[in-house]
Amino acid sequence: MDATVFLISATIILTGAGGVLVARNPVHAALFLVQTLFGVAVLFVLQDATFLAAVQVIVYAGAVVILFLFVIMLLGVDRAEDLGVEPIVGQRPIVALIGASLLGLLLTVLLVSVDGPTGARAADAPLGDAGDNTRRLGEALFTDHVFAVELTALLLTVAVVGAVVLARRLRGPLQPLPVVAVASVVDDSSAPDAVEQEDGIHEAMDEGEGTT
Amino acid sequence: MSHATPLGSLVLAADPLLNQGLDLSIVGIVLLKVVAAFALLLVSVMLMIWFERKLVADMHNRIGPSVAGPFGILQTLADGIKLFFKEDLVPDRADRVVFKLAPYLSLIPAFLVFAIVPIGGDFTGDGTVTWFGERTYLQVADPPVGVLFFLALSSIAVYGVMLAGWSSGSKYPLLGSVRASAQMISYEAALGLAIASVFLTSGSLSTHDIVAGQVAGHWNILATGVVPFLVFLVAGTAELNRPPFDLVEAEQELVGGFHTEYSSLRFALFFLAEFMNVITMSAIAVTLFLGGPAGPVLTDTLGWVWPILWFSLKVFAFLFGFVWLRATLPRFRYDQLMDLGWKVLIPVSLGWFLLIATLNVAGDRGWPILVVVLGGVAVMVVAAAMLSGAVDKARSDRLAGAEDEDEEVDA
Repeated sequence: MDATVFLISATIILTGAGGVLVARNPVHAALFLVQTLFGVAVLFVLQDATFLAAVQVIVYAGAVVILFLFVIMLLGVDRAEDLGVEPIVGQRPIVALIGASLLGLLLTVLLVSVDGPTGARAADAPLGDAGDNTRRLGEALFTDHVFAVELTALLLTVAVVGAVVLARRLRGPLQPLPVVAVASVVDDSSAPDAVEQEDGIHEAMDEGEGTT
Repeated sequence: MSHATPLGSLVLAADPLLNQGLDLSIVGIVLLKVVAAFALLLVSVMLMIWFERKLVADMHNRIGPSVAGPFGILQTLADGIKLFFKEDLVPDRADRVVFKLAPYLSLIPAFLVFAIVPIGGDFTGDGTVTWFGERTYLQVADPPVGVLFFLALSSIAVYGVMLAGWSSGSKYPLLGSVRASAQMISYEAALGLAIASVFLTSGSLSTHDIVAGQVAGHWNILATGVVPFLVFLVAGTAELNRPPFDLVEAEQELVGGFHTEYSSLRFALFFLAEFMNVITMSAIAVTLFLGGPAGPVLTDTLGWVWPILWFSLKVFAFLFGFVWLRATLPRFRYDQLMDLGWKVLIPVSLGWFLLIATLNVAGDRGWPILVVVLGGVAVMVVAAAMLSGAVDKARSDRLAGAEDEDEEVDA
């Protein structure tokens, strides 16, 4: 039973993760990401961590990816990318290097570790009954780890204040954007997307996407 | 997940089927419950659409549907069959896969939420009924994080709306869906905070336990002090995109909102999801705040009918309220909608949540209750004053800025 569920959700997770990489349209990539997050939520349920599963869906699928989609749609970059253009020069070799070294690290850990992966579950049974894990999680967070929780809260507050400050309109009439900057973007052939962003949602609506 | 219950063969939750001995009658009961819940929801939706049209017609001094069946009660069925045979259009510039996926992302969460609602059962006991020698809850599933399941699904429902608008490849649906998802996300916060007060009072996330707790003590509408209930009602109405918060499909501005480009069966799915959501939101409100199926059992024979009857009556009261709102109230403006959500509902529900938490702690520690209440109220008054001061300052700044801009334009 466990193995079946694991295999199914692992397939879901991996196809989703592959889809994020392969999808040319950013919106499709975001949807594949949701698929992956769902698979992870199923794995949490399999481990009797029902609270984490619910939070996984509420926070990641329900808030984070929705925000991704918002940004994608409002910036008007919701069209298929041309993979022939490399937005940042030298980005791809570096990414390939980092990816390869991460893979190497992972394989090393797996091969070198004393027993190797056994496939056995770390815990056979939940600590309490299934409804209890919310309570236990809460106790752990607000007693042993309360300092970290408070620090995170502070960090989030700083982020919110920062966002408000950045988004706040200054008093007085709006200044037009410096013309020089726009011209330089147009000239810079390595960043074709930047031009499209300026028209934002209007252009997205005019062009639709119709690329698939 | 396994349930070590003393009740032995109790059919619980989502679902221990394959863990400890598979009994055919258990499978049968689970299947029966799923089918029954689905059928119940579909029939209720059919009746609800008819009821809404008829009631709004009455309030407008019209007749409303009157041709199909007695009192026009089969009108929805006729409409459904008509939609079924209509041409199924996919716009040229649509993102075809996402366009076809979106209606299901709306419909499936709408149906799944109903699975956690207990619609009956004798809660003076342990809330079970006995079928075919098996004791079972009158709800499809009782996951230990039941209400979070509801929140998770309502955040998934946003995808249906958002992707429908985006994938249509057309202006009005995109605008409608951006509006809709902004509104749903904003009000989800207030909704969640209102529900959090219920968690604090009930001490459980499972819908069954929440109802059982209300039968044993006060209904949560009193136990949480009414305010979370009111916040839930307003936020729930906004979450449903019902009038007066139906900017999502403001016909004058957006044609039909996010589903403008949908026709035929796909449109029917959105329509179905919308009304299913109305019913499940009412059912969730009844479960969380009004004791679910709780109520007096007046006869000994057929005693199990009464809880279902009370539950249906309570849900019906909410449904009537939703229709009443639609017939009575004009639509909000977009900035009013956002102001109400962010500047009123969220602070109020957050403050109330903190107050309830403080009272709980005070009760545990044996602090003098009067001091705690007075202190809590004082803090809340100060916070409210600071917040309204900040809001006023921002507004006057904004107005001043707007005047400056006007002068600039005039000059």
